[in-house]
Amino acid sequence: MKLDQVSIDKSQYKAVVIGGSAGSFQIITKILSEINPKFDLPIFMALHRLKHVRNGFIEALALKSNKIIAEPEDKEQIKRGMVYLAPANYHMYIELGNKIALSTEEMLNNSRPSIDLTFDTASYVYKNKIIGIILSGANKDGAWGMKKLKERGGLTIIQDPKDCTIDTMPTAALNITKIDLVLNPDNIVKFLNSLV
Amino acid sequence: MIEDIEISELRNLCQIVKEKYNYDFNNYAMSSFKRRVLRVLEIHKISSTLALIEKIKYDAAFFKVFLNEITVNVTEMFRDPSLWRDLRDKILPNLFSTHETIKIWHAGCSSGEEVYSMCILLKEMGLLHKVKIYATDIDEPILAKAKEGKYTIKNMIDVNEKNYIRLGGIQKLSDYYTETSGGFVKMNPSLVENVVYRSHDLVKSGVFNKFDLILCRNVLIYFNQQLQNDVFKMFHESLFNYSYFIIGSKETLIWSDVASKFIIVNSEEKVFKKVKE
Repeated sequence: MKLDQVSIDKSQYKAVVIGGSAGSFQIITKILSEINPKFDLPIFMALHRLKHVRNGFIEALALKSNKIIAEPEDKEQIKRGMVYLAPANYHMYIELGNKIALSTEEMLNNSRPSIDLTFDTASYVYKNKIIGIILSGANKDGAWGMKKLKERGGLTIIQDPKDCTIDTMPTAALNITKIDLVLNPDNIVKFLNSLV
Repeated sequence: MIEDIEISELRNLCQIVKEKYNYDFNNYAMSSFKRRVLRVLEIHKISSTLALIEKIKYDAAFFKVFLNEITVNVTEMFRDPSLWRDLRDKILPNLFSTHETIKIWHAGCSSGEEVYSMCILLKEMGLLHKVKIYATDIDEPILAKAKEGKYTIKNMIDVNEKNYIRLGGIQKLSDYYTETSGGFVKMNPSLVENVVYRSHDLVKSGVFNKFDLILCRNVLIYFNQQLQNDVFKMFHESLFNYSYFIIGSKETLIWSDVASKFIIVNSEEKVFKKVKE
Protein backbone atom coordinates (compact mmCIF):
# COMPACT_ATOMS: atom_id res chain seq x y z
CA MET A 1 0.00 0.00 0.00
CA LYS A 2 1.21 3.50 -0.79
CA LEU A 3 1.25 6.20 1.85
CA ASP A 4 -1.40 8.36 0.11
CA GLN A 5 -3.74 5.38 -0.14
CA VAL A 6 -3.82 4.82 3.57
CA SER A 7 -7.16 5.33 5.17
CA ILE A 8 -6.67 4.53 8.81
CA ASP A 9 -7.89 6.21 11.93
CA LYS A 10 -4.63 7.69 13.05
CA SER A 11 -6.01 9.00 16.31
CA GLN A 12 -6.27 5.49 17.74
CA TYR A 13 -2.51 5.02 18.13
CA LYS A 14 -0.87 5.33 21.56
CA ALA A 15 2.70 4.20 20.97
CA VAL A 16 5.35 3.45 18.34
CA VAL A 17 7.91 0.66 18.53
CA ILE A 18 10.93 0.64 16.22
CA GLY A 19 13.44 -2.13 15.59
CA GLY A 20 16.70 -1.68 13.73
CA SER A 21 20.11 -3.21 13.29
CA ALA A 22 22.97 -2.94 10.82
CA GLY A 23 22.44 0.03 8.52
CA SER A 24 19.66 1.62 10.56
CA PHE A 25 21.62 4.33 12.37
CA GLN A 26 21.22 6.81 9.53
CA ILE A 27 17.46 6.46 9.26
CA ILE A 28 17.05 6.55 13.03
CA THR A 29 18.89 9.88 13.18
CA LYS A 30 16.79 11.07 10.25
CA ILE A 31 13.56 10.17 12.05
CA LEU A 32 14.72 11.84 15.27
CA SER A 33 15.87 15.03 13.54
CA GLU A 34 12.85 15.42 11.25
CA ILE A 35 10.06 14.32 13.53
CA ASN A 36 7.69 17.07 14.61
CA PRO A 37 8.72 18.15 18.14
CA LYS A 38 5.01 18.03 19.02
CA PHE A 39 4.81 14.28 18.26
CA ASP A 40 3.61 13.04 21.61
CA LEU A 41 3.32 9.25 21.46
CA PRO A 42 6.05 7.39 23.30
CA ILE A 43 8.53 5.75 20.93
CA PHE A 44 10.30 2.56 22.02
CA MET A 45 13.47 1.70 20.14
CA ALA A 46 15.15 -1.69 20.24
CA LEU A 47 18.33 -1.35 18.24
CA HIS A 48 21.15 -3.86 18.04
CA ARG A 49 24.26 -2.38 19.58
CA LEU A 50 27.57 -3.38 21.09
CA LYS A 51 26.74 -5.03 24.37
CA HIS A 52 29.73 -3.78 26.33
CA VAL A 53 29.49 -0.14 25.22
CA ARG A 54 27.09 1.55 27.60
CA ASN A 55 27.89 5.16 26.78
CA GLY A 56 28.03 7.16 23.59
CA PHE A 57 25.18 5.69 21.56
CA ILE A 58 22.43 7.74 23.14
CA GLU A 59 24.57 10.87 23.01
CA ALA A 60 25.13 10.28 19.29
CA LEU A 61 21.41 9.86 18.70
CA ALA A 62 20.54 12.88 20.84
CA LEU A 63 22.81 15.24 18.92
CA LYS A 64 20.26 16.17 16.26
CA SER A 65 17.14 14.83 17.91
CA ASN A 66 13.94 16.85 18.20
CA LYS A 67 12.83 14.57 20.99
CA ILE A 68 14.23 13.72 24.40
CA ILE A 69 15.75 10.29 24.17
CA ALA A 70 16.57 8.21 27.23
CA GLU A 71 17.67 4.74 28.25
CA PRO A 72 15.02 3.81 30.80
CA GLU A 73 15.74 2.47 34.23
CA ASP A 74 13.89 -0.63 35.37
CA LYS A 75 10.17 0.05 36.13
CA GLU A 76 10.42 3.59 34.79
CA GLN A 77 7.07 5.27 34.19
CA ILE A 78 6.32 5.79 30.49
CA LYS A 79 5.87 9.45 29.60
CA ARG A 80 4.20 10.87 26.50
CA GLY A 81 6.50 12.32 23.88
CA MET A 82 9.58 10.47 25.08
CA VAL A 83 11.86 8.26 23.04
CA TYR A 84 13.10 5.20 24.97
CA LEU A 85 16.17 3.33 23.79
CA ALA A 86 16.80 -0.22 25.01
CA PRO A 87 20.03 -0.09 27.07
CA ALA A 88 23.09 -2.10 26.04
CA ASN A 89 22.98 -5.74 27.17
CA TYR A 90 19.37 -5.57 28.44
CA HIS A 91 16.08 -6.61 26.92
CA MET A 92 13.45 -3.87 27.16
CA TYR A 93 9.88 -4.96 28.02
CA ILE A 94 6.74 -2.86 28.15
CA GLU A 95 4.75 -3.75 31.28
CA LEU A 96 1.09 -3.34 32.15
CA GLY A 97 0.63 -0.27 34.33
CA ASN A 98 2.48 2.04 31.94
CA LYS A 99 5.97 0.95 32.94
CA ILE A 100 9.14 -0.27 31.28
CA ALA A 101 10.93 -3.32 32.66
CA LEU A 102 14.44 -4.49 31.86
CA SER A 103 15.77 -8.02 31.70
CA THR A 104 19.11 -9.77 31.34
CA GLU A 105 17.52 -13.01 30.15
CA GLU A 106 19.12 -15.20 27.49
CA MET A 107 19.89 -13.59 24.15
CA LEU A 108 17.31 -14.19 21.44
CA ASN A 109 18.41 -14.36 17.80
CA ASN A 110 21.84 -13.77 19.26
CA SER A 111 20.63 -10.36 20.41
CA ARG A 112 20.18 -8.52 23.70
CA PRO A 113 18.32 -6.19 23.36
CA SER A 114 15.97 -8.38 21.36
CA ILE A 115 13.66 -6.58 18.94
CA ASP A 116 11.20 -9.50 19.08
CA LEU A 117 10.76 -9.18 22.84
CA THR A 118 10.19 -5.42 22.82
CA PHE A 119 7.63 -5.79 20.00
CA ASP A 120 5.91 -8.70 21.73
CA THR A 121 5.58 -7.03 25.13
CA ALA A 122 4.67 -3.63 23.66
CA SER A 123 1.92 -5.06 21.48
CA TYR A 124 0.62 -7.15 24.39
CA VAL A 125 0.10 -3.93 26.36
CA TYR A 126 -1.03 -1.56 23.57
CA LYS A 127 -3.00 -4.15 21.53
CA ASN A 128 -4.31 -2.50 18.33
CA LYS A 129 -3.09 0.93 19.44
CA ILE A 130 0.51 0.43 18.41
CA ILE A 131 2.60 1.02 15.31
CA GLY A 132 5.57 -1.27 14.67
CA ILE A 133 8.39 -0.25 12.34
CA ILE A 134 11.21 -2.57 11.24
CA LEU A 135 14.24 -0.92 9.66
CA SER A 136 17.41 -2.10 7.95
CA GLY A 137 19.20 -5.04 9.56
CA ALA A 138 21.22 -8.16 8.91
CA ASN A 139 19.30 -10.86 10.81
CA LYS A 140 15.69 -11.93 11.30
CA ASP A 141 15.17 -10.41 14.74
CA GLY A 142 11.90 -8.48 14.82
CA ALA A 143 10.01 -10.67 12.36
CA TRP A 144 8.32 -12.78 15.04
CA GLY A 145 7.61 -9.69 17.17
CA MET A 146 6.06 -7.98 14.15
CA LYS A 147 3.86 -11.02 13.60
CA LYS A 148 2.62 -10.83 17.20
CA LEU A 149 2.02 -7.10 16.81
CA LYS A 150 -0.07 -7.71 13.69
CA GLU A 151 -2.07 -10.49 15.35
CA ARG A 152 -2.97 -8.08 18.14
CA GLY A 153 -4.23 -5.52 15.66
CA GLY A 154 -1.26 -3.18 15.46
CA LEU A 155 -0.12 -1.38 12.32
CA THR A 156 2.94 -2.86 10.61
CA ILE A 157 5.47 -0.79 8.68
CA ILE A 158 8.81 -1.82 7.20
CA GLN A 159 11.52 0.22 5.60
CA ASP A 160 11.35 -0.53 1.87
CA PRO A 161 13.88 -3.35 1.34
CA LYS A 162 15.02 -1.51 -1.82
CA ASP A 163 16.14 1.41 0.35
CA CYS A 164 17.82 -0.63 3.07
CA THR A 165 21.57 -0.95 3.48
CA ILE A 166 20.85 -4.55 4.50
CA ASP A 167 17.33 -5.80 3.82
CA THR A 168 17.36 -9.14 5.70
CA MET A 169 15.38 -7.83 8.65
CA PRO A 170 12.45 -6.10 6.90
CA THR A 171 12.29 -8.93 4.37
CA ALA A 172 12.10 -11.51 7.18
CA ALA A 173 9.15 -9.61 8.66
CA LEU A 174 7.48 -9.37 5.24
CA ASN A 175 7.88 -13.12 4.75
CA ILE A 176 5.94 -14.15 7.84
CA THR A 177 3.33 -11.46 8.37
CA LYS A 178 1.14 -9.00 6.56
CA ILE A 179 2.85 -5.64 6.28
CA ASP A 180 0.53 -2.63 6.07
CA LEU A 181 3.02 -0.11 4.71
CA VAL A 182 6.34 -0.47 2.92
CA LEU A 183 7.92 2.98 3.09
CA ASN A 184 11.14 4.73 2.21
CA PRO A 185 12.82 6.82 4.93
CA ASP A 186 11.17 10.09 3.80
CA ASN A 187 7.74 8.53 3.93
CA ILE A 188 8.34 6.95 7.33
CA VAL A 189 8.99 10.44 8.70
CA LYS A 190 6.03 11.83 6.76
CA PHE A 191 3.76 9.13 8.12
CA LEU A 192 4.84 9.70 11.74
CA ASN A 193 4.38 13.45 11.38
CA SER A 194 0.90 12.93 9.96
CA LEU A 195 -0.06 11.49 13.35
CA VAL A 196 0.55 14.82 15.10
CA MET B 1 4.05 -23.83 20.34
CA ILE B 2 2.04 -21.79 22.85
CA GLU B 3 2.71 -18.12 22.29
CA ASP B 4 0.77 -16.47 25.08
CA ILE B 5 -0.58 -17.09 28.58
CA GLU B 6 -3.49 -15.33 30.26
CA ILE B 7 -2.69 -13.39 33.43
CA SER B 8 -5.39 -15.39 35.23
CA GLU B 9 -3.52 -18.60 34.36
CA LEU B 10 -0.30 -17.15 35.79
CA ARG B 11 -2.19 -16.22 38.97
CA ASN B 12 -3.46 -19.80 39.30
CA LEU B 13 0.04 -21.12 38.80
CA CYS B 14 1.42 -18.78 41.49
CA GLN B 15 -1.30 -19.81 43.90
CA ILE B 16 -0.54 -23.53 43.56
CA VAL B 17 3.20 -22.92 43.91
CA LYS B 18 2.60 -20.89 47.04
CA GLU B 19 0.21 -23.38 48.63
CA LYS B 20 2.25 -26.42 47.80
CA TYR B 21 5.87 -25.24 48.04
CA ASN B 22 5.75 -21.89 49.86
CA TYR B 23 7.45 -19.88 47.11
CA ASP B 24 5.68 -16.65 46.23
CA PHE B 25 5.88 -15.47 42.62
CA ASN B 26 2.84 -13.20 42.83
CA ASN B 27 4.94 -10.06 42.82
CA TYR B 28 7.36 -11.05 40.10
CA ALA B 29 7.39 -8.64 37.12
CA MET B 30 4.75 -9.83 34.67
CA SER B 31 6.54 -9.77 31.28
CA SER B 32 9.62 -11.67 32.36
CA PHE B 33 7.67 -14.12 34.54
CA LYS B 34 5.33 -14.93 31.66
CA ARG B 35 8.31 -15.42 29.38
CA ARG B 36 9.95 -17.79 31.87
CA VAL B 37 6.75 -19.85 32.12
CA LEU B 38 6.46 -19.99 28.32
CA ARG B 39 10.03 -21.19 28.22
CA VAL B 40 9.28 -24.03 30.66
CA LEU B 41 6.28 -25.07 28.53
CA GLU B 42 8.44 -25.09 25.43
CA ILE B 43 11.48 -26.88 26.88
CA HIS B 44 9.41 -29.62 28.54
CA LYS B 45 6.84 -29.82 25.73
CA ILE B 46 3.95 -29.19 28.09
CA SER B 47 0.75 -28.45 26.19
CA SER B 48 -0.83 -25.79 28.43
CA THR B 49 -0.49 -23.80 31.62
CA LEU B 50 -3.17 -26.02 33.11
CA ALA B 51 -1.07 -29.10 32.36
CA LEU B 52 1.92 -27.37 33.95
CA ILE B 53 -0.09 -26.62 37.09
CA GLU B 54 -1.16 -30.27 37.35
CA LYS B 55 2.43 -31.45 36.88
CA ILE B 56 3.75 -29.09 39.54
CA LYS B 57 0.98 -30.08 41.94
CA TYR B 58 1.91 -33.76 41.94
CA ASP B 59 5.60 -33.83 41.07
CA ALA B 60 7.93 -32.26 43.66
CA ALA B 61 11.03 -33.24 41.68
CA PHE B 62 9.68 -31.42 38.64
CA PHE B 63 9.02 -28.37 40.78
CA LYS B 64 12.77 -28.10 41.43
CA VAL B 65 13.37 -28.11 37.69
CA PHE B 66 10.66 -25.49 37.29
CA LEU B 67 12.25 -23.28 39.96
CA ASN B 68 15.60 -23.55 38.22
CA GLU B 69 14.15 -22.46 34.90
CA ILE B 70 11.87 -19.74 36.24
CA THR B 71 14.81 -17.92 37.78
CA VAL B 72 17.05 -16.13 35.30
CA ASN B 73 20.52 -17.58 35.43
CA VAL B 74 22.32 -15.46 32.87
CA THR B 75 25.35 -13.78 34.39
CA GLU B 76 28.92 -12.90 33.49
CA MET B 77 32.22 -12.23 35.23
CA PHE B 78 33.05 -8.54 35.64
CA ARG B 79 29.83 -7.38 33.94
CA ASP B 80 30.25 -3.58 33.66
CA PRO B 81 34.06 -3.47 34.06
CA SER B 82 33.81 0.19 35.11
CA LEU B 83 31.98 -0.87 38.29
CA TRP B 84 34.72 -3.38 39.10
CA ARG B 85 37.33 -0.66 38.62
CA ASP B 86 35.38 1.51 41.03
CA LEU B 87 35.31 -1.35 43.54
CA ARG B 88 39.05 -1.88 43.19
CA ASP B 89 40.10 1.77 43.23
CA LYS B 90 37.60 3.35 45.61
CA ILE B 91 34.97 1.26 47.37
CA LEU B 92 37.09 -1.60 48.72
CA PRO B 93 40.06 0.65 49.71
CA ASN B 94 37.57 2.90 51.45
CA LEU B 95 36.09 0.00 53.43
CA PHE B 96 39.53 -1.35 54.36
CA SER B 97 40.69 2.06 55.55
CA THR B 98 38.37 1.62 58.52
CA HIS B 99 37.94 -2.16 58.74
CA GLU B 100 40.36 -5.00 59.41
CA THR B 101 37.96 -7.52 57.87
CA ILE B 102 34.75 -7.12 55.88
CA LYS B 103 31.65 -9.15 55.12
CA ILE B 104 30.15 -9.18 51.62
CA TRP B 105 26.79 -10.54 50.45
CA HIS B 106 26.17 -11.51 46.83
CA ALA B 107 22.37 -11.75 46.82
CA GLY B 108 20.96 -13.76 43.92
CA CYS B 109 24.41 -15.03 42.95
CA SER B 110 23.10 -17.47 40.31
CA SER B 111 25.90 -19.59 38.82
CA GLY B 112 28.49 -17.64 40.79
CA GLU B 113 30.46 -15.71 38.16
CA GLU B 114 30.22 -12.48 40.13
CA VAL B 115 31.50 -14.19 43.28
CA TYR B 116 34.58 -15.32 41.36
CA SER B 117 34.97 -11.80 39.98
CA MET B 118 35.00 -10.42 43.51
CA CYS B 119 37.44 -13.06 44.78
CA ILE B 120 39.81 -12.47 41.85
CA LEU B 121 39.68 -8.73 42.44
CA LEU B 122 40.36 -9.16 46.17
CA LYS B 123 43.17 -11.62 45.51
CA GLU B 124 44.85 -9.14 43.18
CA MET B 125 44.51 -6.51 45.92
CA GLY B 126 46.03 -8.90 48.48
CA LEU B 127 42.85 -8.76 50.56
CA LEU B 128 41.15 -12.06 49.85
CA HIS B 129 42.03 -13.50 53.27
CA LYS B 130 40.40 -10.53 55.02
CA VAL B 131 36.96 -11.12 53.59
CA LYS B 132 34.04 -13.35 54.40
CA ILE B 133 31.58 -13.70 51.52
CA TYR B 134 28.01 -15.00 51.60
CA ALA B 135 26.63 -16.02 48.22
CA THR B 136 22.92 -16.80 48.15
CA ASP B 137 20.28 -17.82 45.66
CA ILE B 138 16.72 -19.15 45.73
CA ASP B 139 17.65 -22.04 43.47
CA GLU B 140 19.72 -24.83 45.08
CA PRO B 141 20.96 -26.58 41.92
CA ILE B 142 22.37 -23.28 40.65
CA LEU B 143 24.13 -22.78 44.01
CA ALA B 144 25.74 -26.19 43.58
CA LYS B 145 26.92 -25.03 40.16
CA ALA B 146 28.24 -21.81 41.64
CA LYS B 147 30.18 -23.80 44.22
CA GLU B 148 31.58 -26.11 41.56
CA GLY B 149 32.91 -23.20 39.48
CA LYS B 150 32.63 -25.04 36.17
CA TYR B 151 32.00 -22.81 33.17
CA THR B 152 32.19 -23.18 29.40
CA ILE B 153 35.44 -22.18 27.72
CA LYS B 154 33.36 -20.32 25.16
CA ASN B 155 31.85 -18.02 27.79
CA MET B 156 35.19 -17.61 29.54
CA ILE B 157 36.80 -16.37 26.34
CA ASP B 158 33.92 -14.60 24.58
CA VAL B 159 32.55 -12.73 27.59
CA ASN B 160 34.44 -13.04 30.86
CA GLU B 161 37.98 -12.59 29.63
CA LYS B 162 36.97 -9.57 27.54
CA ASN B 163 35.41 -7.95 30.60
CA TYR B 164 38.50 -8.76 32.66
CA ILE B 165 40.76 -7.12 30.07
CA ARG B 166 38.52 -4.03 29.97
CA LEU B 167 38.72 -3.83 33.75
CA GLY B 168 42.51 -3.85 33.46
CA GLY B 169 43.17 -7.00 35.50
CA ILE B 170 46.83 -7.60 36.32
CA GLN B 171 46.94 -11.30 35.36
CA LYS B 172 45.48 -13.37 32.60
CA LEU B 173 42.04 -14.68 33.47
CA SER B 174 43.27 -18.14 32.45
CA ASP B 175 45.64 -18.03 35.45
CA TYR B 176 42.55 -18.62 37.59
CA TYR B 177 41.20 -21.75 35.95
CA THR B 178 42.21 -25.03 34.38
CA GLU B 179 40.69 -26.45 31.26
CA THR B 180 38.83 -29.71 31.72
CA SER B 181 37.23 -32.03 29.17
CA GLY B 182 34.17 -31.30 27.09
CA GLY B 183 34.76 -27.59 26.56
CA PHE B 184 34.64 -26.61 30.24
CA VAL B 185 36.96 -24.90 32.66
CA LYS B 186 37.22 -25.36 36.40
CA MET B 187 37.89 -22.28 38.49
CA ASN B 188 40.68 -22.51 41.04
CA PRO B 189 38.84 -23.65 44.24
CA SER B 190 41.19 -21.76 46.57
CA LEU B 191 39.63 -18.53 45.30
CA VAL B 192 36.35 -19.28 47.06
CA GLU B 193 37.66 -20.75 50.33
CA ASN B 194 36.08 -17.91 52.29
CA VAL B 195 32.74 -18.10 50.53
CA VAL B 196 29.64 -19.55 52.15
CA TYR B 197 27.01 -20.61 49.62
CA ARG B 198 23.51 -20.83 51.04
CA SER B 199 19.92 -20.97 49.95
CA HIS B 200 17.99 -17.73 50.46
CA ASP B 201 14.73 -16.48 48.98
CA LEU B 202 14.70 -12.67 48.79
CA VAL B 203 10.90 -12.75 48.95
CA LYS B 204 10.62 -14.50 52.31
CA SER B 205 13.96 -15.37 53.95
CA GLY B 206 14.72 -11.93 55.34
CA VAL B 207 17.74 -10.62 57.26
CA PHE B 208 20.29 -13.27 58.29
CA ASN B 209 23.45 -11.27 58.96
CA LYS B 210 24.97 -7.76 58.75
CA PHE B 211 27.22 -6.69 55.91
CA ASP B 212 29.72 -4.04 54.84
CA LEU B 213 28.92 -4.51 51.16
CA ILE B 214 25.90 -6.02 49.42
CA LEU B 215 25.75 -6.66 45.67
CA CYS B 216 22.40 -7.50 44.12
CA ARG B 217 22.75 -6.65 40.46
CA ASN B 218 20.05 -7.35 37.88
CA VAL B 219 18.10 -9.55 40.26
CA LEU B 220 15.33 -7.24 41.45
CA ILE B 221 14.43 -6.34 37.84
CA TYR B 222 12.39 -9.55 37.88
CA PHE B 223 10.22 -8.23 40.72
CA ASN B 224 7.46 -5.63 40.65
CA GLN B 225 7.95 -2.36 42.52
CA GLN B 226 6.01 -3.40 45.59
CA LEU B 227 8.28 -6.38 46.10
CA GLN B 228 11.39 -4.38 45.17
CA ASN B 229 10.46 -1.93 47.91
CA ASP B 230 10.17 -4.71 50.51
CA VAL B 231 13.51 -6.19 49.48
CA PHE B 232 15.24 -2.79 49.56
CA LYS B 233 14.05 -2.45 53.17
CA MET B 234 15.47 -5.89 53.98
CA PHE B 235 18.83 -4.93 52.41
CA HIS B 236 18.87 -1.67 54.35
CA GLU B 237 18.41 -3.65 57.56
CA SER B 238 21.16 -6.06 56.53
CA LEU B 239 23.75 -3.29 56.11
CA PHE B 240 25.91 -1.66 58.76
CA ASN B 241 25.72 2.11 58.77
CA TYR B 242 28.18 3.66 56.26
CA SER B 243 28.37 0.48 54.24
CA TYR B 244 27.78 0.00 50.53
CA PHE B 245 24.93 -1.32 48.40
CA ILE B 246 25.29 -1.96 44.67
CA ILE B 247 22.50 -2.74 42.18
CA GLY B 248 22.46 -3.09 38.38
CA SER B 249 23.44 -0.15 36.19
CA LYS B 250 19.82 0.39 35.09
CA GLU B 251 18.17 -0.19 38.45
CA THR B 252 17.28 2.45 40.99
CA LEU B 253 16.00 2.77 44.55
CA ILE B 254 15.32 6.51 44.51
CA TRP B 255 11.53 6.00 44.61
CA SER B 256 11.63 3.44 47.44
CA ASP B 257 10.77 3.91 51.13
CA VAL B 258 14.44 3.67 52.14
CA ALA B 259 15.74 6.15 49.53
CA SER B 260 16.39 8.88 52.11
CA LYS B 261 18.55 6.48 54.14
CA PHE B 262 21.10 6.11 51.36
CA ILE B 263 23.34 8.54 49.50
CA ILE B 264 24.41 8.00 45.91
CA VAL B 265 28.14 7.32 45.71
CA ASN B 266 28.29 6.58 41.97
CA SER B 267 25.18 7.28 39.90
CA GLU B 268 26.48 5.55 36.74
CA GLU B 269 27.37 2.32 38.49
CA LYS B 270 24.52 2.50 41.01
CA VAL B 271 26.65 2.43 44.13
CA PHE B 272 24.79 3.58 47.24
CA LYS B 273 25.96 4.12 50.81
CA LYS B 274 23.74 3.63 53.83
CA VAL B 275 23.88 6.76 55.98
CA LYS B 276 20.88 6.32 58.27
CA GLU B 277 19.54 3.45 60.37
